[in-house]
Amino acid sequence: MSRNIIPIGPQHPALHEPEHFQIIVEGETVVDVKPRIGYVHRGIEKALENRTYIQGAFLVERVCGICSNAHQCTFMMAAEEAGGIEVSEKAQFIRTIVAELERIHSHLLWLGAAGLEIGFETLFMYVWRDREVVMDLLEAISGNRVNYAMNILGGVRRDISPELADKIRKGLDYLEERTNYYKKLCLEESTIHKRTEDIGVLDPVTGVKLGAVGPTIRASGVKFDVRKNDPHLKYDEADFELITWDTCDTFGRVVVRVLETIESIKIIRWCLDHMPKKGDIMPEKLIRRVPEGEAYSRFEAQRGELVYYLKSNGTDKPYRVKIRTPTMANILSLAEILKGCYIADVPIALASIDPCFSCEDRVTFVDIEKGKTWTWTREELRKYSREFNEREKRW
Amino acid sequence: MGLLSRLIKWARIKSPWILHLNTGGCNACDIEVLATLMPRFDVERFGIILMGSPRHADVLVCTGPITKQMKPRFRKLYEQVPDPKFVMAVGNCACTGGVFKGCYGIEGGIDTAIPVDIYVPGCPPKPEAIIDGVAKLLAKLQNL
Repeated sequence: MSRNIIPIGPQHPALHEPEHFQIIVEGETVVDVKPRIGYVHRGIEKALENRTYIQGAFLVERVCGICSNAHQCTFMMAAEEAGGIEVSEKAQFIRTIVAELERIHSHLLWLGAAGLEIGFETLFMYVWRDREVVMDLLEAISGNRVNYAMNILGGVRRDISPELADKIRKGLDYLEERTNYYKKLCLEESTIHKRTEDIGVLDPVTGVKLGAVGPTIRASGVKFDVRKNDPHLKYDEADFELITWDTCDTFGRVVVRVLETIESIKIIRWCLDHMPKKGDIMPEKLIRRVPEGEAYSRFEAQRGELVYYLKSNGTDKPYRVKIRTPTMANILSLAEILKGCYIADVPIALASIDPCFSCEDRVTFVDIEKGKTWTWTREELRKYSREFNEREKRW
Repeated sequence: MGLLSRLIKWARIKSPWILHLNTGGCNACDIEVLATLMPRFDVERFGIILMGSPRHADVLVCTGPITKQMKPRFRKLYEQVPDPKFVMAVGNCACTGGVFKGCYGIEGGIDTAIPVDIYVPGCPPKPEAIIDGVAKLLAKLQNL
């Protein structure tokens, strides 16, 4: 059968950032994928060398707006480790709470987006409505809905008062009820089963070999979570389970994310109960300089392991910062995930790693043998996906 | 003004279709733009619908600074939008380059590549601010 190349991207209307993929297909089946990254390359690592730690904190937040706290927290943890700066007990608790709230917000956002990809728009609307509760809580804690700017060297910027803690508990009750409903829905609803089962299979051996992280690898049954393996913040004391699922497919990735949301709610409740009532949240004097040293810090962000390497030289600016984001680690296994998929399943399989970029917007189909080119928008691709599934009686 | 042009103007104000475009930003504005379309804020009541193709859109909603790689493609995309077209720059980066000013990979705000009609500052702007920007844009259409 002739091989055709389908270029996808870099423009797209919905969630994500510009990125380009060349999908090579034989008939209806994907045989290979070539990602072409770099449309959002802004030069942040270099820019960090010219900015002080205080300015840099705001810049690293904007590496990715969805995991902004994860980035800022990891950057600060690296600087604190390099310079031997102490962080107070209470600040650690607050960092954990914000990190977990952010995980809930990100996982719900992803669940909604996944609903949209499989044509389940009711789920999309429901989840995004409930997600507003988390956004309200984050706004109450930090003062902003996205990009919280909570961390500074040696602590956090804002305290959580007992009244606020009660408000968070109330919000969590609502979220727990809704998330349990989504759990039931994901495990029982046939729409989700039929569109996600056995699609985008990543076996654990290949996944580990290619360095997949986060829910992508946990859905293949590998117990890898920085919160358990190399605990940071308060995760070594907190009571939660490491969620894995052994179906190795997109369905597993949906279930892992939903179950993790429930675990996150548990962690936040534990943190609120055990947080010291008194204590400083930040050092008395603002720390501007970091003593000479180097550090390597790991953080379990929503999408997987986030790594920062930082070298300081005793001034108020870092000498070198290296960032490795989870999507960067997952992009290699994306080729494996997409191999063997139908074109109609590409949007959900692509979304299943929760990429920080995606681009199902405009698809150009090129038939190499005939030299013919035609273009599909994301809507048309989605429509085709539904028609294909009806035709094949997969609903 | 003839009946037909009055009708076109009425239709344009009642149903501005938008194309949401990230030109190299951090996703924060994107999720807020999307949240604006979701049940709580629901700008669909103004007839605003998110479109997939630039050829169907009236308004380009741009987020993020322009990266050097994205600029030529972004211009191409702008040219695909049928006239009269309107551009809304959402977020500080889209307005001026924001926090990324000085990074080697970026060109600056959206207006370094294409003309902009409405600027919505904020990092990211709250959905209320985006709705305010939309309302101002609709007022601008009224006086067209």
